[in-house]
Amino acid sequence: MWEYTDKVKDHFLNPRNVGVIEDADGVGEVGSIACGDALTFYFKLDKSGKIKDATFQTFGCASAIASSSALTEIVKGMTLEEAEKITNEDIAEYLGGLPKEKMHCSVMGRDALEKAISCYRGEPPKKVEGQIVCECFGITDREIERVVRENQLTTIEDVTDYVKAGGGCGNCHDRIQEIIDSIVGTARPVRKKAPVLTNLQKIRLIEESIEREINPTLKKDAGKLELIDVDGNRVLVRMGGTCASCVKSPVTLKHYVESRLRELVSPEIVVEEVQQ
Amino acid sequence: MNVIYVDNNATTMVAPEVLEAMLPYFSTHYGNPSSMHSFGGSVAAEIKTARENVAKLIGAAPDEIIFTSCGTESDSTAIRAAIESYPDKKHIVTSRVEHPAVKNLYETLSKKGYRTTFVPVDNHGRLDIDYLYDSLSDDTALVSIMWGNNETGVIFPIEEISRQVSSRGILFHSDAVQAVSKIPIDVSKTGVDMLSLSGHKFHSPKGIGALYIRKGTKFSPFMIGGHQEKGRRGGTENTASIIGLGKAAQLAAEHLASNGYKPISQLRDKLERNLLKMIPNALINGDTENRLPNTSSIAFEYVEGEAILLMMNEHGICASSGSACTSGSLEPSHVLRAMGVPFTAAHGSIRFSLSRYNTEDEIDKILEVLPPIIERLRALSPFWKKAMSS
Repeated sequence: MWEYTDKVKDHFLNPRNVGVIEDADGVGEVGSIACGDALTFYFKLDKSGKIKDATFQTFGCASAIASSSALTEIVKGMTLEEAEKITNEDIAEYLGGLPKEKMHCSVMGRDALEKAISCYRGEPPKKVEGQIVCECFGITDREIERVVRENQLTTIEDVTDYVKAGGGCGNCHDRIQEIIDSIVGTARPVRKKAPVLTNLQKIRLIEESIEREINPTLKKDAGKLELIDVDGNRVLVRMGGTCASCVKSPVTLKHYVESRLRELVSPEIVVEEVQQ
Repeated sequence: MNVIYVDNNATTMVAPEVLEAMLPYFSTHYGNPSSMHSFGGSVAAEIKTARENVAKLIGAAPDEIIFTSCGTESDSTAIRAAIESYPDKKHIVTSRVEHPAVKNLYETLSKKGYRTTFVPVDNHGRLDIDYLYDSLSDDTALVSIMWGNNETGVIFPIEEISRQVSSRGILFHSDAVQAVSKIPIDVSKTGVDMLSLSGHKFHSPKGIGALYIRKGTKFSPFMIGGHQEKGRRGGTENTASIIGLGKAAQLAAEHLASNGYKPISQLRDKLERNLLKMIPNALINGDTENRLPNTSSIAFEYVEGEAILLMMNEHGICASSGSACTSGSLEPSHVLRAMGVPFTAAHGSIRFSLSRYNTEDEIDKILEVLPPIIERLRALSPFWKKAMSS
């Protein structure tokens, strides 16, 4: 049994604003009967451009009905500029939270709202952007990317809870993981997007980094690093000075030299020691 | 609020007679049946009676019964014993509509290199028996087919299939967790080598099950330990629950002998008939000719099952659903999908499963409450009007 908040139960058992607005200014339809839930959202504006009336029709579980009902309550009185800022998180919050497995209901609400606003503005219905990743539920990479970014998702399970992708046959799990990895990676503040370097520039940068940064540090322990060759992202070095005989030198190499070069040159750098 | 419990395929109430029989074994009669003293020995005598009662319910001999902790343990024990006993055979067969206790184990074994055949069913949930026979070969170690389906109640012709499979020298196991106690079962007249049953589906407590193993069947234990169950399942006996299971088996046998399921099926039929009459676009899932007498799976098109259940819950009515949302998965039940039930119906499927404790008043209450719920949810649904106008 799901743990629904009292507010979810209330909006499910006593849904607000059910119905169709025949002369609606905007209509947004999302979902399908095959997917197990679907929502049609309608709004009507007043003369000042604020949403005067909002209604819905929903096929789905208790949280889908409650999320739709909440959406109509939230947007009433808003301008479209205000309404388009509403996120799925806002809908979930309004209901005092949703079980994690049911977050896709709030995403459905936001999607319907967006579609209705586009409909009002006369924007052509958005073509499916990106490539389908989840065949079972027809979810694209763009949709997954967006939900991962907006909700700071980190696992495949999270993605399934929010947009259903990966909840059917499971064949797309690897691809979803790749998308998560790419976003979690780029979102890290320290990792700046590395500029594309020519081979020559890369070699120079490695030389400079060793001269200016690495060797001065190693010198404190009377150690030294000599650059032998650069092969793509493989940096071949020879450890000199006290480093040559130090048992800790492999550790120094990986933990200090490699990580420093990854920061300064490229995150793909691998440092290898050439034996004497 | 009174609870109206029509979810007896999920679990059942412990019968008062069963509880009464069990209680002394929690307090005054706490001896270990393996002990040499008569304080423990008297418990062993009661376990012997329980074993006889369970055996009698399914037409087995007492030493063909081992007690387990649940239906799932019985299934796992049987399937693993079969493949360990025939290590050279790498093909196993089951149906597409099994309980997860069998289905998920088969899927796991399939990843470990076993060739698995999942025999399909038709739109009424009837097994494609020719498909099953055609799949058999010298490499087949085991066929495991459920006796009665937990979601739709559809009964498979296990007597016939098991004899055919057995005549080819292939082991046959049946998960009869839902069928035992609801229909007469006599394993001695079948080719069934192993059969699983579970106590809490027929008024004994949760946490007790049994596995029938035909005399002479190659077997290797799942739980290895002491000499209990003649070395076929180690571990100190769950004495109170075994005695409870024995009592429940005795009651079930009496109930079957006195045709006690007739009134239950009459209530089920009344519920079903009237719901179909009162609610448009409602369909029965499964073969109504061969069905457990207590089970009804009804699809209410264009509404979603979880919403129906939660609205019934407001009236104290307990049922279950084949819809995706209730289980936490996103797809409707694998049983309904295997039957090709369209999505418009699968998401709105509700299972009612009755027991001898249900009354006509309760059925009347459901008939009063449910039609307005469906109507209300359909009024909310964007598909209902469209479907009706086209």
